Amino acid sequence: MAYFKKSPWIIHYDATSCNGCDIEVLAALTPLYDVERFGIINTGNPKHADIFLVTGAVNEQNKMVVKNIYDQMPEPKAVIAVGICACSGGIFRECYNVLGGPDSVIPVDIYVPGCAARPEAIIDGVVQALGILEKKHLARKEARKQHDRIAAN
Amino acid sequence: MSKRTIIPFGPQHPVLPEPLHLDLVVEDEIVVEAVPSIGFIHRGLEKLVEKKDFNEFVYVAERICGICSCIHGMTYCQGVEEIMNLQVPGRAKYLRTIWGEFSRIHSHLLWLGLAADAFGFESLFMHSWRIREKILDIIEETTGGRVIFGTSKVGGVRRDVTNERLKEISVLLKTYAGEIKEVTDIFLNDNSVKHRLCGVGVLSKDDALMLGAVGPMLRASGVAQDMRKLGYAAYNDIPVEPIIDQSGDCYGRCVVRIKEVFQAIDIIQRAVDKIPDGPIDMKVTGFPNGEFFARTEQPRGEVIYYIRGNGTKHLQRMRVRTPTFANLPAILKVIPGCSVADIPILLLTIDPCISCTER
Repeated sequence: MAYFKKSPWIIHYDATSCNGCDIEVLAALTPLYDVERFGIINTGNPKHADIFLVTGAVNEQNKMVVKNIYDQMPEPKAVIAVGICACSGGIFRECYNVLGGPDSVIPVDIYVPGCAARPEAIIDGVVQALGILEKKHLARKEARKQHDRIAAN
Repeated sequence: MSKRTIIPFGPQHPVLPEPLHLDLVVEDEIVVEAVPSIGFIHRGLEKLVEKKDFNEFVYVAERICGICSCIHGMTYCQGVEEIMNLQVPGRAKYLRTIWGEFSRIHSHLLWLGLAADAFGFESLFMHSWRIREKILDIIEETTGGRVIFGTSKVGGVRRDVTNERLKEISVLLKTYAGEIKEVTDIFLNDNSVKHRLCGVGVLSKDDALMLGAVGPMLRASGVAQDMRKLGYAAYNDIPVEPIIDQSGDCYGRCVVRIKEVFQAIDIIQRAVDKIPDGPIDMKVTGFPNGEFFARTEQPRGEVIYYIRGNGTKHLQRMRVRTPTFANLPAILKVIPGCSVADIPILLLTIDPCISCTER
């Protein structure tokens, strides 16, 4: 059963992005790209979200914020690093307050390159994340079944 | 007296795509104080001037902010050119002006959309962004990028646009102006919009001047100050009259920005009529030695670049004073006394750009 393909909800957090990728994430929601027709909604509440979009690199001040949002999201969840800064630090890699991409704090599933990442690329990243969500969901289901089997014996 | 409570606002908040953290001290529904805490986007890129050479640094300057990126790059280049005494070709100056005004249109349309979202008019948000995509199409076609233009360089611009295409764009803008007007008329005349904006967050003229507000925030309080009057780029040949409003409230700021969209369209059309032929860049030799304050007018207000070179390929110091930083004291002044529900729209009326502010 494809549960997540129907309506994945997204939460977006701007780590230290320059806004370029953030407005492209928002642009993906607006009439030209309009991902809402697929049931994709940008939510502000981590507990409602399936997919976590992080733009920009992580710094000392916001690494706990990124981790908090990730921890609050229900399982299964997928993380997408949007833009080159979120993939590797990009042009700001050498800055003294940049720790690296969000993968230095939380596990990242998909990397979307680009400066700024184009809306098409972001949508493609979200579509790939749906497959990963489905896999994680099935793996959890399998694990639960196995657990039940062991408990019954 | 009712009990005081502290409500944290942000850093992750649905209304702003960027992390800004405010501690709102409230009594019942009324905010009595707002305490900001910053540093969520601090990268420390001013220090990068010591690692990248002064030509390379244009790329970093453009990425200080993704929304006003064109004007950031332009201001940096103007500062370095002034230190090195370069006379940039006229065509490059006109192209910079045209792209700068395009970025103003796209930034203001973006703001109109976000403001509509903040006061809960979702379809108006969608319409503003629908039109913005058309402006982005022109930008992408002429510069190659949608949000980061990458066109400025020390000594000129990187790309040329043919005169025929510029003429076509000028005609195209006339039709877009009609579409923009359809949307902005709703902002200006709709009762429900006025209900949320009129009389909210009034900043008096004296306060605006004393707190050092810039840009539409200052002009909406009745002060006619616009850095384009300094005559950088092509603004010497294309005089700009600052747009002001006397009300000083959220509605006034909205009016100023809407009028500036049409002013920007007018400036582009005048620039296209006057643009001279010739080269678009010049050869740059030597290294900057000296210091300069470059000031330009961004969509959000005045930006100041301090640049100091010491005759080597790396600059010695670079400092940016961004418009949002200048506007923060003003917004903290108007927040006390308003209700919690008005905080999102109040914050948005300064058009906050946190990644500029914290760099």
